[in-house]
Amino acid sequence: MKKYSAFSLVKESFNNHLGWEKAWKKSHLKKNYKIIIVGAGGHGLATAYYLGKNFGIKDLAVIEKGWLGGGNTGRNTTIIRSNYLQEESAAIYEKSRLLYETLSQELNYNVMFSPRGVMMLCQTEHELRAMKRTCHANRIYGVDTVMISPARMKEMIPIINIKGPRYPILGGLWQPRGGTARHDAVAWGYARAISSWGVDIIENCEVVGIKKNKNKISSVQTTKGDISCEKMCFVVAGNSSVLAELCGFRLPVESVALQALVSEPIKPVMNCVVMANTVHGYMSQSDKGEMVIGGGADGYNNYSQRGSFQHIEETVRALIETFPFISRLRQLRQWGGIVDMTGDRSPIISKTPVDNIYLNCGWGTGGFKAIPGSGWATAELIAKGEPGKLAAPFSLERFKEGRMIDESVAAAVAH
Amino acid sequence: MLKFTCPYCQVEADETELTPGGEAHLKRMGPGSSDQEFYNYLFERKNPRGIHFERWLHSYGCGKWFHVVRCTKTMEVFGTYSAQETNPPKKILDIVKQRISFGKKIK
Repeated sequence: MKKYSAFSLVKESFNNHLGWEKAWKKSHLKKNYKIIIVGAGGHGLATAYYLGKNFGIKDLAVIEKGWLGGGNTGRNTTIIRSNYLQEESAAIYEKSRLLYETLSQELNYNVMFSPRGVMMLCQTEHELRAMKRTCHANRIYGVDTVMISPARMKEMIPIINIKGPRYPILGGLWQPRGGTARHDAVAWGYARAISSWGVDIIENCEVVGIKKNKNKISSVQTTKGDISCEKMCFVVAGNSSVLAELCGFRLPVESVALQALVSEPIKPVMNCVVMANTVHGYMSQSDKGEMVIGGGADGYNNYSQRGSFQHIEETVRALIETFPFISRLRQLRQWGGIVDMTGDRSPIISKTPVDNIYLNCGWGTGGFKAIPGSGWATAELIAKGEPGKLAAPFSLERFKEGRMIDESVAAAVAH
Repeated sequence: MLKFTCPYCQVEADETELTPGGEAHLKRMGPGSSDQEFYNYLFERKNPRGIHFERWLHSYGCGKWFHVVRCTKTMEVFGTYSAQETNPPKKILDIVKQRISFGKKIK
């Protein structure tokens, strides 16, 4: 792997930039691997990366039905934050945010992490109280958040309308270290790093069957042939239930569509991420100048990667009172991804009823921010066979044991 | 946008008129059931990529619950039937079968 640096850039410029190599190699499927990771999205690639980095396991294959980073990793609104109410969530999301801070240097790949700050609006008295509670909880867990006044918010984002009339802004929860990152680059950076170790990344390779021997997986049948492995982990977001069915168990998740859109590019108007939880909408401005807007998920099962039209309208309508200027913007692009929702809106990083199959799913509407932390925790689970401190609370057993990590009201918008 | 015909009032209702209610034909478990059964009833879902039997509420219409058979991949709607049916009627299952074989043919 050629290192990217200012020096290599200068050197390549004398060569008309013809000497750059592909970021990751096209590999061919071998017959046998120690660990197979199904799903080459952010979470799957990060899992492979931390398996190699933290545990020295590099006899891996990451197989992917479509193309690398083509699922929800390429379909989100790139927000990174860790201001969660529950201790378990705060721990894993804060770990993730911390890893994001140095990810570009670590991967030698610019993921464009921009800690521009995340502002959560409080637009009702109840929300103000709930956010104060979250703020106190965050302080206890060591997550840096603070409550700010409407006047301060207006000072930070002059274009915001704080007066209502329907939903006036009463305050805000401010996480200065949250922000955004370039979503594709996160997947590409991890892919480049693991590919340089000789990890095989196989695209267009769908899992069609699982062969088991006494409650242990012996081989994975794919569209490119059978592979045997010691352990398998599936990290396939919206398609988790489909894979679980092949493995012979069911999951407490449902797949629904979540949509987002961007406007035409405009001059800089907003230098942080704003989330309006009461009205279900969140917005940030990309480096290209587009307003990136996300909203609520549909309420019904869907695998089509398209959502309902009215949800786009609802999302934009919700933000118009607070940001009147967006009513004059044209929509440039709109997209949908299939997210796997759990009952308590917290993820599942867990062992499964099959002995050597592991599972990472259920990130629902907020998976992008968790990529490094999730990979870190899942790698530990696969390597040791037992979950570490970060992953332990997110086991599949928690539903049966009534140990829910309830983020459905507390964490984010639009569940 | 999804459109279903409400089996009660026969109105062809838009998705905006309706509220989704999740998987249909779940067997209710309560006191006396095992922990596993109760967990299955509360949390585990089929969540198929394909034919899905589900419940919908005609909330901005007659206000009644009914059943829908739909493909979660193609969004094709195969039919609706009343909430009193504990199993999908044969008529609708026949349509589903026909459409599946049709789908295989065009592949």
